[in-house]
Amino acid sequence: MRKRQEVFNFRRIWLLSFLLTSGFSIVPVIFFAVIDYNVTERLTLSDTVFRTSRLTSNTWRSVAFFLNERQSALRFIVGENSFEDLNEPRRLSKILDNLRNIYGGFTDLGVIDSDGLQRVYVGPYSLIGKNYSDQQWFRNVVSRGIFISDVFLGFRNIPHLVIAIKYKSADGRFYVLRATIEHNLARILSEVNTVPQDSAGIDSDRKTDVFLINREGILQTESSYFGNVLKKISIPVPELSDETEVIESHDSFGADLIVGYRYIPETPFILMIVKDRNILMKPWRESRQELIQYLAVSITIIILWILGITTYLVRRLKETDRRRVKYLHMAEYSNKLASIGRLAAGVAHEINNPLAIINEKAGLVKDIFHYKKEYQHDPRLMETMDAILNSVERCSRITRQLLNFARHMNVSVQQINLKSLVQEVLSFLAKEAEYRSIDVVVDIKEDIPDFESDRGKLQQILLNIINNAFAAMTTGGSVTIRARAMADARVQIEISDTGCGISRENLKFIFEPFFSTKTEVGGTGLGLSITYSLAKELGGRIEVESKVGEGTTFIINLPMKLEKKEQ
Amino acid sequence: MRILLVDDEEELVSTLAERLSYRGLDTDWACSAKEALSKSGQQIYDIAVLDIKMPETDGFKLKRQLQENNPKMKFIFMTGHGSDNYYHIGSAETGREFYLVKPVNIDLLIDKLNEVLQKQGGV
Repeated sequence: MRKRQEVFNFRRIWLLSFLLTSGFSIVPVIFFAVIDYNVTERLTLSDTVFRTSRLTSNTWRSVAFFLNERQSALRFIVGENSFEDLNEPRRLSKILDNLRNIYGGFTDLGVIDSDGLQRVYVGPYSLIGKNYSDQQWFRNVVSRGIFISDVFLGFRNIPHLVIAIKYKSADGRFYVLRATIEHNLARILSEVNTVPQDSAGIDSDRKTDVFLINREGILQTESSYFGNVLKKISIPVPELSDETEVIESHDSFGADLIVGYRYIPETPFILMIVKDRNILMKPWRESRQELIQYLAVSITIIILWILGITTYLVRRLKETDRRRVKYLHMAEYSNKLASIGRLAAGVAHEINNPLAIINEKAGLVKDIFHYKKEYQHDPRLMETMDAILNSVERCSRITRQLLNFARHMNVSVQQINLKSLVQEVLSFLAKEAEYRSIDVVVDIKEDIPDFESDRGKLQQILLNIINNAFAAMTTGGSVTIRARAMADARVQIEISDTGCGISRENLKFIFEPFFSTKTEVGGTGLGLSITYSLAKELGGRIEVESKVGEGTTFIINLPMKLEKKEQ
Repeated sequence: MRILLVDDEEELVSTLAERLSYRGLDTDWACSAKEALSKSGQQIYDIAVLDIKMPETDGFKLKRQLQENNPKMKFIFMTGHGSDNYYHIGSAETGREFYLVKPVNIDLLIDKLNEVLQKQGGV
């Protein structure tokens, strides 16, 4: 019995439902957050790669165009001028002036014969007669027909490069036209550098670094990452490719770089575009932070919500269980009460018979004393018999109370004719009514069929209310009992008196136990309360209407069929 | 007036009969339905006081059987089940008659006997 209270471990239920619900709610949120995180990262990265690739291609085109233009100029000169013209220093000087005017940056121009001997030279230096036959670039130009040199710093510390092309003279020998160009590649590149080409609007300060290297990784233009011209870059030279490529790399400080590059054909140059991956991914990192914040707030709200709901539900469960235990307890109690009632009734009945015999025997002895002269004058005998009879009376009072208690337990269903029942009840009170000259009017409609109810209980209800009506009147007055059948298989009995009435504030408490206005004349305050509960046991209800000084009407409404109640 | 007392407790019914005799009432008694019926066959009683609960039978059944012998006979009931000196709560069987609750107060019984016998018709 006591263990029943521990059928549920509410702490465990709470913990389990909290954990399960939280788990099922939070796992998908985290799952989607992680997916979103990865997708966004991939998108941002591929967007960056795409943009880097495009920028690389565009810049490569500019640089290639610059070099092509100068090569083409030289080819045009070679095609347009005869060998003799080019061997003519004044003519060559004129050509150099034209080149300077049109393209700018041309420093000098020279013609070298097939033996590597500088035949003609126009420019700031005196290089006539210099033999280049043992130099690598000369051998390259002889074998390939064109040569573009690495960048070198001239006397004025300005980066230069050399373009040389081979051409054939009418006599079948070949010559080389060599031009030194004060190249302004850095300017072309810096134009790219400074144009805010990123739609993301990130400042281009350090994020995009555009420069050229040669195939040994020596800087051909200045780089904001790797330093000045002719320094070696700290990342490996990317693999040879005909296409624009984008790779990921790290610099010597460990920073992640995104590197776009493209080889410029027929030159030693590789165009490099280097971007700081961290800066590029900044929007993504910012959105990642937002995502994490959002996730944290969501999870907090979910957990708080589940915490609240779980606590509420478990508390309700606990409350329900507590009530269940209470009802169980009450049921047990009323069962116990019923058992005691049956036991009491049995005992009372068994005792009643011997008690009745003692009563009669003692009465008989008393009678003998009373009727036989020889005992009449002994008062002690009489007193003793009275004492015995008094004790019997006391015992029988106890047995009656026990029987009365037991009788309250059950409802016994009988067919009832209301008219005869009311007459029966009135017969108990006829004498009192007559004595107090109270007029009793009975108006019970003939159409009320016999109905099901507990005869004893109904009698008690009517008796109590009519008694109350009598008590409300001093002398005279009338009590009217009306009854009619109602539409919903119920019967309504109205008992009105012309008594003192009940005040409005007392009316509220009239059915409460121990409420009485007759305490000074021995009222217990239980009469109407018992009446009320009896009516409830019969599935009925009692209402009361009253006006002080005019009278009171009790309205009893009863079902015509008793619902079977579980014992 | 002749009275017949019927109760299965011989001690009770005989003593009660003796006490009524002391008060000048012509009283007879029986302690079973059979005995009561045979006595009522031999003699005419004006009124019978019947215990409701008896072995083999009950007061109401016995009442009907006695009425066959003597339709004018009147009845008072006694019961061990009651909460008051008069047990108000009747049933269709007894009409609006009172029960007397055991142990019976002899003065109440005599009052009741007089009341019932004086009433025209009665039960």
